[in-house]
Amino acid sequence: MSGDKLDVIVVGAGVAGCTAALLLARQGLEVALIERGPFPGSKNLSGGILYGQVLHQIIPDFWDQAPIERWINNHIVTFLTDTDSISLDYKTPSFSQPPYNAVSVLRSRFDRWLAEQAETAGAILIPGIKVDRLLRKENRIIGIAAGQEEMFADVIIAADGANSFLAQEAGLRQRIPEEHVAIGIKEVIALPREVIESRFRLEGNEGSAYSIVGSATQGIAGGGFLYTNRESISIGLVIQLADLIEHRIKINDIFDQFLSHPWIASLIKGGKVVEYGAHLVPEAGLRMMPRLWMDGMLVIGDAAGLTINNGFWVRGMDLAIGSAIAASEAVIRSYQNKDFSAESLAFYGQKLEKSFVMADLRTFSRAPHFMQNERLYTVYPQMLSEILHQIYQQDAHPHPPLSRIALEAVRHNPLSLWDVLKDLWNGGRAL
Amino acid sequence: MNRLSVNERLALNKYELDDGHPHIVVNNEVCEAECKIRACLFVCPANVYSEQDGKIVADWAGCLECGTCTVACPPQALHWEYPRGGFGILYRHG
Repeated sequence: MSGDKLDVIVVGAGVAGCTAALLLARQGLEVALIERGPFPGSKNLSGGILYGQVLHQIIPDFWDQAPIERWINNHIVTFLTDTDSISLDYKTPSFSQPPYNAVSVLRSRFDRWLAEQAETAGAILIPGIKVDRLLRKENRIIGIAAGQEEMFADVIIAADGANSFLAQEAGLRQRIPEEHVAIGIKEVIALPREVIESRFRLEGNEGSAYSIVGSATQGIAGGGFLYTNRESISIGLVIQLADLIEHRIKINDIFDQFLSHPWIASLIKGGKVVEYGAHLVPEAGLRMMPRLWMDGMLVIGDAAGLTINNGFWVRGMDLAIGSAIAASEAVIRSYQNKDFSAESLAFYGQKLEKSFVMADLRTFSRAPHFMQNERLYTVYPQMLSEILHQIYQQDAHPHPPLSRIALEAVRHNPLSLWDVLKDLWNGGRAL
Repeated sequence: MNRLSVNERLALNKYELDDGHPHIVVNNEVCEAECKIRACLFVCPANVYSEQDGKIVADWAGCLECGTCTVACPPQALHWEYPRGGFGILYRHG
């Protein structure tokens, strides 16, 4: 730091911002971590499953000290019709061994802890301050302004979330089109620990993660989720905004109907709602990615549009961490070279390009479009339900073989075999 | 299990209310000129928006700060910013 100037200002103490601040502080840089909430985590919301291997690289065995909820060794995909449910339930002991593949977290606690790790490493946490605007000198970003206060740094890292007003102000990103985002809404429902463990057949800190497709969203592109925490359940929907606008259904009515589905109702029975929240999910991936660097500034995490939803899982926190790692490597290199120009910070793009973040964004770039297929929400769950109904029903009449049941089910529904093959092929490529 | 109304849900949340400093201001001239679908009335998870005497009104105190309306509404229809530092929704779980 020279004079009043810091090395780095990170805006936003979410998973991305805290990780970047932690890594930069560890390298001895003078870092301020600014958060608009009164404490880190107070504005943050996820489903939230953290695929934590990437955090384990930075904070080995983080699950021993972090306030995680449960390690997820049970993944379930469920199709819902209006009345029925069909589930594929995968459980493996290998996911209950460290390093855990995935853990459930509640962000208000988890992010607070992660910010503490950054502080311990030497970052200066400044909570309760909203950054109003960027400070520029010619085309270079040189600092931030909050009310009457101004702060200067060699680099500003915008980790200010899905809405990223900073990326928009900097001109790195345009106004977000409705086709590029989904709305996540969620209730946290408290239940006694022993009820959760018996209801979901969990031992100790094992946990379950459900992805729910079908009538859950009433034909609108999206899906539901249910994650077990220690003493609560996180349950919600992620719904594509453009499709919601087209259908003109009140999002709360969809959520109410979802929660009233008999299968869902049985899983949350007796619980007490303790919190209700919502968050934008930047789902369009590569199509919505802003330019991620300019003279004196980088964009990471949700602000950079880094989430993936493929129906089986929704990921954002691990991508946020991946982008924070790439960004901090670029900043450290720029710091050593005393060059914070766009050309120098472009190293962030190169590191990101070589990481799992961009690889996965590419692999799953077709997922949002595939998820717009209405058959996923109506015809397929109905057809599967009819097939299973026929398989199990015995009514003192001759029982047809599976091949005939399946063909009948395809014939009953507005569906051609060609549709099925096409969807299988596209699904196999997109997901 | 009885479902809660949106207001009952919001009442479970913790907010630090910034009295007298609305962070959402609706420009009804833009709404009238450019918006036919009134998406704000059905996309907002917190039911912040309602129509009163033909005008859109924002009951901003219950806002969850997700930003969905800023994407769904026409440009300039809303002056929407995050609440001042320390105010607004405070997630205890998140």
